[in-house]
Amino acid sequence: MCETCGCNITPGNEHLARRKNALGGDAVTVLKNLLSENDRAAAHNREHFDRHGVLALNLMSAPGSGKTLLLEASIEALKNEFRIGVIEGDLETENDAARIRAKGVPAVQITTGTACHLDAHMVHDALHHLKLADIDILFIENVGNLVCPASFDLGQHRNIALLSVTEGDDKPAKYPVMFRAADLVLLTKTDLLPVMDDFDPARAEHCLRQLANPAPALRLSAKKKDGLDAWFDWLRREVAGQRERAKRGQTLRPAIQPDGARMHAETGAHHSIPPASGNHYRYRQV
Amino acid sequence: MHELSVCQALIGQIEDIARQHRATAVRRVSVRLGPLSGVEPDLLSQAFSLASAGTVAQNSRLEIERLPIRVRCESCGAETAAEPNKLVCGECGDWHTRLLSGDEMVLASVELIQNGECGVRNENR
Repeated sequence: MCETCGCNITPGNEHLARRKNALGGDAVTVLKNLLSENDRAAAHNREHFDRHGVLALNLMSAPGSGKTLLLEASIEALKNEFRIGVIEGDLETENDAARIRAKGVPAVQITTGTACHLDAHMVHDALHHLKLADIDILFIENVGNLVCPASFDLGQHRNIALLSVTEGDDKPAKYPVMFRAADLVLLTKTDLLPVMDDFDPARAEHCLRQLANPAPALRLSAKKKDGLDAWFDWLRREVAGQRERAKRGQTLRPAIQPDGARMHAETGAHHSIPPASGNHYRYRQV
Repeated sequence: MHELSVCQALIGQIEDIARQHRATAVRRVSVRLGPLSGVEPDLLSQAFSLASAGTVAQNSRLEIERLPIRVRCESCGAETAAEPNKLVCGECGDWHTRLLSGDEMVLASVELIQNGECGVRNENR
Protein backbone atom coordinates (compact mmCIF):
# COMPACT_ATOMS: atom_id res chain seq x y z
CA MET A 1 0.00 0.00 0.00
CA CYS A 2 1.01 3.55 -0.51
CA GLU A 3 2.33 5.06 2.70
CA THR A 4 2.91 8.58 1.46
CA CYS A 5 -0.27 9.93 0.00
CA GLY A 6 -3.03 9.11 2.43
CA CYS A 7 -4.83 6.68 0.12
CA ASN A 8 -4.44 3.91 2.66
CA ILE A 9 -6.50 5.60 5.35
CA THR A 10 -9.19 3.23 6.58
CA PRO A 11 -11.83 3.50 9.32
CA GLY A 12 -9.45 1.41 11.46
CA ASN A 13 -6.46 3.70 11.28
CA GLU A 14 -8.19 6.97 10.56
CA HIS A 15 -7.70 8.27 14.12
CA LEU A 16 -3.93 8.11 13.56
CA ALA A 17 -4.06 10.31 10.51
CA ARG A 18 -6.40 12.92 11.91
CA ARG A 19 -5.90 15.35 14.68
CA LYS A 20 -8.11 18.01 16.10
CA ASN A 21 -6.80 21.50 15.54
CA ALA A 22 -7.29 24.53 17.78
CA LEU A 23 -10.46 25.53 15.96
CA GLY A 24 -12.05 22.14 16.28
CA GLY A 25 -11.64 21.11 12.63
CA ASP A 26 -9.83 18.00 11.50
CA ALA A 27 -6.45 18.37 9.81
CA VAL A 28 -5.63 15.51 7.49
CA THR A 29 -2.03 15.04 6.50
CA VAL A 30 -1.88 14.21 2.81
CA LEU A 31 1.65 14.69 1.40
CA LYS A 32 0.54 13.87 -2.09
CA ASN A 33 1.70 15.43 -5.34
CA LEU A 34 -0.74 17.96 -6.75
CA LEU A 35 -0.66 16.12 -10.06
CA SER A 36 -0.89 12.62 -8.63
CA GLU A 37 -3.85 11.73 -10.86
CA ASN A 38 -1.83 12.74 -13.89
CA ASP A 39 1.18 10.80 -12.61
CA ARG A 40 -0.96 7.72 -12.14
CA ALA A 41 -2.24 7.99 -15.72
CA ALA A 42 1.35 8.53 -16.90
CA ALA A 43 2.50 5.35 -15.14
CA HIS A 44 -0.36 3.53 -16.83
CA ASN A 45 0.75 4.87 -20.25
CA ARG A 46 4.31 3.78 -19.51
CA GLU A 47 3.08 0.25 -18.78
CA HIS A 48 1.37 0.21 -22.19
CA PHE A 49 4.60 1.33 -23.87
CA ASP A 50 6.73 -1.19 -22.02
CA ARG A 51 4.38 -4.07 -22.68
CA HIS A 52 4.73 -3.43 -26.41
CA GLY A 53 8.43 -2.59 -26.32
CA VAL A 54 7.73 0.96 -27.51
CA LEU A 55 10.24 3.73 -26.81
CA ALA A 56 8.23 6.89 -26.00
CA LEU A 57 9.92 10.27 -26.41
CA ASN A 58 8.48 13.63 -25.34
CA LEU A 59 9.59 16.48 -27.61
CA MET A 60 9.34 19.90 -26.01
CA SER A 61 10.36 23.35 -27.23
CA ALA A 62 9.15 26.83 -28.00
CA PRO A 63 6.76 27.13 -30.97
CA GLY A 64 8.61 27.15 -34.27
CA SER A 65 11.90 25.64 -33.15
CA GLY A 66 11.64 22.82 -35.67
CA LYS A 67 10.09 19.82 -33.93
CA THR A 68 7.94 18.74 -36.86
CA LEU A 69 10.69 19.29 -39.44
CA LEU A 70 13.05 17.20 -37.32
CA LEU A 71 10.46 14.42 -37.19
CA GLU A 72 9.97 14.57 -40.97
CA ALA A 73 13.72 14.28 -41.57
CA SER A 74 14.02 11.49 -38.99
CA ILE A 75 11.15 9.49 -40.50
CA GLU A 76 12.65 9.84 -43.99
CA ALA A 77 16.01 8.54 -42.80
CA LEU A 78 14.84 5.82 -40.40
CA LYS A 79 11.53 4.52 -41.71
CA ASN A 80 13.10 1.29 -43.02
CA GLU A 81 14.93 0.76 -39.75
CA PHE A 82 12.22 1.52 -37.17
CA ARG A 83 8.43 1.58 -37.13
CA ILE A 84 7.58 5.11 -36.05
CA GLY A 85 4.37 6.64 -34.67
CA VAL A 86 3.65 10.24 -33.75
CA ILE A 87 1.26 12.02 -31.39
CA GLU A 88 0.98 15.72 -32.26
CA GLY A 89 -0.13 18.31 -29.72
CA ASP A 90 -1.32 21.75 -30.81
CA LEU A 91 -4.00 24.18 -29.73
CA GLU A 92 -5.65 23.98 -33.11
CA THR A 93 -5.31 22.52 -36.62
CA GLU A 94 -4.51 19.13 -38.04
CA ASN A 95 -1.52 20.53 -39.98
CA ASP A 96 1.34 18.80 -38.20
CA ALA A 97 -0.29 15.36 -38.19
CA ALA A 98 -0.97 15.78 -41.91
CA ARG A 99 2.72 16.54 -42.51
CA ILE A 100 3.72 13.38 -40.62
CA ARG A 101 1.15 11.19 -42.37
CA ALA A 102 2.47 12.42 -45.70
CA LYS A 103 5.69 10.63 -44.74
CA GLY A 104 3.76 7.37 -44.44
CA VAL A 105 3.63 6.89 -40.67
CA PRO A 106 0.58 6.92 -38.35
CA ALA A 107 -0.08 10.19 -36.55
CA VAL A 108 -2.75 11.22 -34.05
CA GLN A 109 -3.45 14.92 -33.64
CA ILE A 110 -4.50 16.15 -30.22
CA THR A 111 -5.95 19.64 -30.41
CA THR A 112 -5.99 21.02 -26.90
CA GLY A 113 -8.23 24.03 -27.54
CA THR A 114 -6.83 26.50 -25.04
CA ALA A 115 -4.74 24.11 -22.95
CA CYS A 116 -1.06 25.00 -23.04
CA HIS A 117 0.33 21.48 -22.57
CA LEU A 118 -0.42 17.80 -23.07
CA ASP A 119 -1.28 15.71 -20.04
CA ALA A 120 -1.21 11.98 -19.45
CA HIS A 121 -4.97 11.55 -19.93
CA MET A 122 -4.89 13.19 -23.35
CA VAL A 123 -2.03 10.94 -24.41
CA HIS A 124 -3.85 7.89 -23.06
CA ASP A 125 -6.90 8.69 -25.17
CA ALA A 126 -4.69 9.20 -28.22
CA LEU A 127 -3.07 5.80 -27.65
CA HIS A 128 -6.42 4.16 -28.38
CA HIS A 129 -5.95 5.33 -31.95
CA LEU A 130 -2.49 3.81 -32.43
CA LYS A 131 -1.44 0.17 -32.77
CA LEU A 132 1.40 0.08 -30.26
CA ALA A 133 2.34 -3.46 -31.33
CA ASP A 134 3.34 -1.97 -34.70
CA ILE A 135 5.51 0.84 -33.28
CA ASP A 136 9.16 0.92 -32.17
CA ILE A 137 9.48 4.65 -31.48
CA LEU A 138 6.56 6.87 -30.45
CA PHE A 139 7.32 10.58 -30.68
CA ILE A 140 5.01 12.77 -28.62
CA GLU A 141 5.33 16.30 -29.98
CA ASN A 142 4.16 18.46 -27.10
CA VAL A 143 2.47 21.84 -27.45
CA GLY A 144 5.08 24.47 -28.37
CA ASN A 145 5.67 26.07 -24.97
CA LEU A 146 8.75 26.27 -22.76
CA VAL A 147 6.82 26.55 -19.49
CA CYS A 148 3.86 24.28 -18.85
CA PRO A 149 4.68 20.95 -20.57
CA ALA A 150 7.61 20.40 -18.20
CA SER A 151 5.28 19.88 -15.23
CA PHE A 152 3.24 17.01 -16.73
CA ASP A 153 4.54 13.45 -16.94
CA LEU A 154 3.03 11.72 -19.99
CA GLY A 155 4.53 8.27 -19.44
CA GLN A 156 7.48 8.94 -21.75
CA HIS A 157 10.89 7.35 -21.26
CA ARG A 158 12.91 10.38 -22.27
CA ASN A 159 12.47 14.14 -22.52
CA ILE A 160 14.00 15.93 -25.49
CA ALA A 161 14.19 19.73 -25.53
CA LEU A 162 14.83 21.59 -28.77
CA LEU A 163 16.47 25.01 -28.82
CA SER A 164 16.78 26.73 -32.19
CA VAL A 165 19.64 29.13 -32.80
CA THR A 166 17.15 31.90 -33.61
CA GLU A 167 15.90 31.90 -30.00
CA GLY A 168 18.89 33.06 -28.00
CA ASP A 169 21.56 31.01 -26.29
CA ASP A 170 20.43 31.90 -22.74
CA LYS A 171 17.08 30.08 -23.06
CA PRO A 172 18.11 27.35 -20.58
CA ALA A 173 18.77 30.06 -17.96
CA LYS A 174 15.42 31.72 -18.69
CA TYR A 175 13.39 28.49 -18.65
CA PRO A 176 15.21 26.33 -16.10
CA VAL A 177 12.29 24.03 -15.24
CA MET A 178 12.04 22.87 -18.85
CA PHE A 179 15.74 22.51 -19.60
CA ARG A 180 16.50 20.85 -16.27
CA ALA A 181 14.05 18.11 -17.28
CA ALA A 182 15.74 17.38 -20.63
CA ASP A 183 17.56 14.08 -21.15
CA LEU A 184 18.77 15.36 -24.52
CA VAL A 185 19.02 18.90 -25.88
CA LEU A 186 19.01 19.49 -29.62
CA LEU A 187 20.35 22.81 -30.89
CA THR A 188 18.41 23.14 -34.13
CA LYS A 189 18.63 25.27 -37.30
CA THR A 190 22.42 25.39 -37.04
CA ASP A 191 22.55 26.18 -40.77
CA LEU A 192 21.50 29.70 -39.67
CA LEU A 193 24.45 30.12 -37.29
CA PRO A 194 26.48 32.16 -39.80
CA VAL A 195 23.77 34.84 -39.78
CA MET A 196 22.80 34.38 -36.11
CA ASP A 197 26.24 35.35 -34.89
CA ASP A 198 24.98 36.34 -31.43
CA PHE A 199 24.04 32.72 -30.70
CA ASP A 200 26.96 30.86 -29.15
CA PRO A 201 26.29 27.09 -28.88
CA ALA A 202 28.96 26.83 -26.17
CA ARG A 203 27.11 29.45 -24.11
CA ALA A 204 23.83 27.54 -24.52
CA GLU A 205 25.58 24.42 -23.26
CA HIS A 206 27.09 26.35 -20.35
CA CYS A 207 23.59 27.54 -19.33
CA LEU A 208 22.46 23.90 -19.45
CA ARG A 209 25.29 22.76 -17.15
CA GLN A 210 24.40 25.55 -14.70
CA LEU A 211 21.15 23.61 -14.22
CA ALA A 212 23.22 20.60 -13.11
CA ASN A 213 22.04 18.83 -16.25
CA PRO A 214 24.58 16.46 -17.87
CA ALA A 215 22.35 15.87 -20.95
CA PRO A 216 24.15 15.76 -24.31
CA ALA A 217 23.64 18.89 -26.45
CA LEU A 218 23.68 17.93 -30.13
CA ARG A 219 23.87 20.50 -32.94
CA LEU A 220 21.90 19.83 -36.09
CA SER A 221 20.04 21.22 -39.06
CA ALA A 222 17.07 19.11 -40.16
CA LYS A 223 16.65 21.31 -43.23
CA LYS A 224 20.24 20.86 -44.49
CA LYS A 225 20.47 17.28 -43.12
CA ASP A 226 23.49 18.33 -41.13
CA GLY A 227 24.51 16.73 -37.82
CA LEU A 228 21.64 14.25 -37.92
CA ASP A 229 23.81 11.14 -37.53
CA ALA A 230 24.56 11.81 -33.85
CA TRP A 231 20.80 12.20 -33.24
CA PHE A 232 20.04 8.97 -35.08
CA ASP A 233 22.75 7.15 -33.11
CA TRP A 234 21.21 8.44 -29.87
CA LEU A 235 17.84 7.06 -31.04
CA ARG A 236 19.39 3.69 -31.94
CA ARG A 237 20.98 3.41 -28.49
CA GLU A 238 17.71 4.33 -26.80
CA VAL A 239 15.69 1.79 -28.83
CA ALA A 240 18.25 -0.92 -28.03
CA GLY A 241 18.11 0.05 -24.34
CA GLN A 242 14.32 -0.07 -24.33
CA ARG A 243 14.32 -3.53 -25.96
CA GLU A 244 16.75 -4.79 -23.33
CA ARG A 245 14.63 -3.39 -20.52
CA ALA A 246 11.46 -4.86 -22.05
CA LYS A 247 13.09 -8.30 -22.03
CA ARG A 248 13.95 -7.95 -18.36
CA GLY A 249 10.58 -6.45 -17.41
CA GLN A 250 12.15 -3.13 -16.42
CA THR A 251 11.21 0.42 -17.25
CA LEU A 252 12.83 3.83 -17.43
CA ARG A 253 11.72 7.30 -16.46
CA PRO A 254 13.20 10.60 -17.57
CA ALA A 255 16.18 11.57 -15.41
CA ILE A 256 14.22 14.36 -13.73
CA GLN A 257 10.79 13.27 -12.59
CA PRO A 258 7.97 15.36 -11.22
CA ASP A 259 7.80 15.03 -7.46
CA GLY A 260 4.77 12.77 -7.28
CA ALA A 261 6.02 10.27 -9.79
CA ARG A 262 9.07 9.80 -7.57
CA MET A 263 6.97 9.51 -4.44
CA HIS A 264 4.85 6.79 -5.99
CA ALA A 265 7.55 5.14 -8.07
CA GLU A 266 8.07 2.19 -5.77
CA THR A 267 4.49 1.30 -4.91
CA GLY A 268 3.37 -0.02 -8.29
CA ALA A 269 -0.07 -0.18 -6.72
CA HIS A 270 -1.97 1.98 -9.16
CA HIS A 271 -2.93 0.25 -12.37
CA SER A 272 -6.28 1.69 -13.20
CA ILE A 273 -6.89 5.27 -14.23
CA PRO A 274 -10.08 7.19 -13.76
CA PRO A 275 -11.77 8.74 -16.78
CA ALA A 276 -10.44 12.18 -17.58
CA SER A 277 -12.80 14.78 -16.25
CA GLY A 278 -14.02 17.42 -18.67
CA ASN A 279 -12.36 16.47 -21.96
CA HIS A 280 -12.08 19.85 -23.60
CA TYR A 281 -9.52 18.60 -26.06
CA ARG A 282 -10.14 16.68 -29.23
CA TYR A 283 -8.10 14.11 -30.97
CA ARG A 284 -8.28 12.88 -34.50
CA GLN A 285 -6.81 9.96 -36.29
CA VAL A 286 -5.70 9.12 -39.82
CA MET B 1 -0.98 29.27 -17.50
CA HIS B 2 -1.19 25.64 -16.42
CA GLU B 3 -1.89 26.62 -12.80
CA LEU B 4 -5.62 26.21 -13.39
CA SER B 5 -5.05 22.59 -14.51
CA VAL B 6 -2.92 21.99 -11.43
CA CYS B 7 -5.58 23.61 -9.28
CA GLN B 8 -8.38 21.50 -10.73
CA ALA B 9 -6.34 18.40 -9.88
CA LEU B 10 -5.84 19.80 -6.37
CA ILE B 11 -9.59 20.38 -5.92
CA GLY B 12 -10.23 16.81 -7.10
CA GLN B 13 -7.93 15.50 -4.37
CA ILE B 14 -9.54 17.70 -1.72
CA GLU B 15 -13.00 16.49 -2.74
CA ASP B 16 -11.86 12.87 -2.43
CA ILE B 17 -10.41 13.47 1.02
CA ALA B 18 -13.51 15.34 2.21
CA ARG B 19 -15.72 12.52 0.95
CA GLN B 20 -13.51 9.90 2.59
CA HIS B 21 -13.79 11.72 5.93
CA ARG B 22 -17.44 12.68 5.51
CA ALA B 23 -16.57 16.34 5.89
CA THR B 24 -19.03 19.00 4.83
CA ALA B 25 -16.53 21.75 4.13
CA VAL B 26 -12.85 22.61 4.12
CA ARG B 27 -11.34 25.34 6.25
CA ARG B 28 -7.72 25.34 5.16
CA VAL B 29 -5.60 23.74 2.45
CA SER B 30 -1.86 23.61 2.89
CA VAL B 31 0.40 23.24 -0.16
CA ARG B 32 4.19 23.14 -0.46
CA LEU B 33 5.79 24.53 -3.60
CA GLY B 34 9.39 24.67 -4.73
CA PRO B 35 10.58 27.19 -7.35
CA LEU B 36 11.50 24.32 -9.72
CA SER B 37 7.99 22.82 -9.66
CA GLY B 38 7.01 25.09 -12.53
CA VAL B 39 3.99 26.30 -10.55
CA GLU B 40 3.74 29.99 -9.62
CA PRO B 41 2.36 30.44 -6.09
CA ASP B 42 0.48 33.67 -6.89
CA LEU B 43 -1.13 32.20 -10.00
CA LEU B 44 -2.07 29.08 -8.06
CA SER B 45 -3.77 31.25 -5.43
CA GLN B 46 -5.76 33.10 -8.09
CA ALA B 47 -6.73 29.84 -9.78
CA PHE B 48 -7.76 28.34 -6.43
CA SER B 49 -10.55 30.83 -5.83
CA LEU B 50 -11.87 30.10 -9.33
CA ALA B 51 -11.51 26.34 -9.22
CA SER B 52 -12.89 25.95 -5.69
CA ALA B 53 -16.12 27.85 -6.37
CA GLY B 54 -19.10 25.56 -5.94
CA THR B 55 -17.01 22.75 -4.46
CA VAL B 56 -16.46 21.52 -0.91
CA ALA B 57 -13.35 23.73 -0.84
CA GLN B 58 -15.27 26.93 -1.49
CA ASN B 59 -14.40 29.60 1.10
CA SER B 60 -11.38 27.62 2.28
CA ARG B 61 -8.01 29.30 2.77
CA LEU B 62 -5.11 28.18 0.59
CA GLU B 63 -1.79 28.41 2.39
CA ILE B 64 1.30 28.01 0.27
CA GLU B 65 4.60 27.18 1.91
CA ARG B 66 7.45 28.16 -0.40
CA LEU B 67 10.34 25.75 -0.10
CA PRO B 68 13.93 26.78 -0.76
CA ILE B 69 16.24 25.28 -3.36
CA ARG B 70 19.00 23.17 -1.76
CA VAL B 71 21.61 21.13 -3.60
CA ARG B 72 24.27 18.63 -2.52
CA CYS B 73 27.57 18.72 -4.38
CA GLU B 74 28.75 15.39 -5.74
CA SER B 75 32.33 16.64 -5.81
CA CYS B 76 32.86 18.26 -2.39
CA GLY B 77 29.75 17.04 -0.56
CA ALA B 78 28.64 20.51 0.56
CA GLU B 79 24.91 21.24 0.96
CA THR B 80 24.12 24.76 -0.15
CA ALA B 81 21.33 27.05 -1.28
CA ALA B 82 20.95 27.59 -5.04
CA GLU B 83 19.00 29.61 -7.61
CA PRO B 84 16.53 28.11 -10.13
CA ASN B 85 18.89 28.74 -13.06
CA LYS B 86 22.11 28.24 -11.12
CA LEU B 87 22.00 24.86 -9.45
CA VAL B 88 25.77 24.71 -8.94
CA CYS B 89 27.56 24.08 -5.65
CA GLY B 90 27.69 27.19 -3.48
CA GLU B 91 31.05 26.09 -2.06
CA CYS B 92 33.18 24.87 -4.97
CA GLY B 93 31.08 25.96 -7.97
CA ASP B 94 30.88 22.48 -9.54
CA TRP B 95 27.69 21.79 -11.53
CA HIS B 96 27.61 18.11 -10.60
CA THR B 97 24.99 18.52 -7.90
CA ARG B 98 21.87 16.70 -6.76
CA LEU B 99 18.70 18.56 -5.88
CA LEU B 100 17.72 18.08 -2.22
CA SER B 101 14.66 20.31 -2.28
CA GLY B 102 13.02 22.87 -4.55
CA ASP B 103 10.91 20.93 -7.07
CA GLU B 104 8.04 20.04 -4.75
CA MET B 105 4.38 20.58 -5.51
CA VAL B 106 2.74 18.75 -2.69
CA LEU B 107 -0.64 18.86 -1.00
CA ALA B 108 0.57 18.76 2.61
CA SER B 109 -2.67 18.78 4.59
CA VAL B 110 -6.34 19.64 4.53
CA GLU B 111 -8.30 20.98 7.48
CA LEU B 112 -11.83 19.65 7.36
CA ILE B 113 -15.05 20.88 8.91
CA GLN B 114 -17.66 18.45 10.10
CA ASN B 115 -21.37 18.94 9.66
CA GLY B 116 -22.77 22.06 11.30
CA GLU B 117 -19.42 23.60 12.17
CA CYS B 118 -19.86 26.41 9.71
CA GLY B 119 -22.33 27.68 7.21
CA VAL B 120 -20.70 26.19 4.14
CA ARG B 121 -22.41 23.17 2.66
CA ASN B 122 -20.93 20.78 0.16
CA GLU B 123 -23.43 20.75 -2.65
CA ASN B 124 -21.60 18.01 -4.51
CA ARG B 125 -22.72 15.33 -2.14
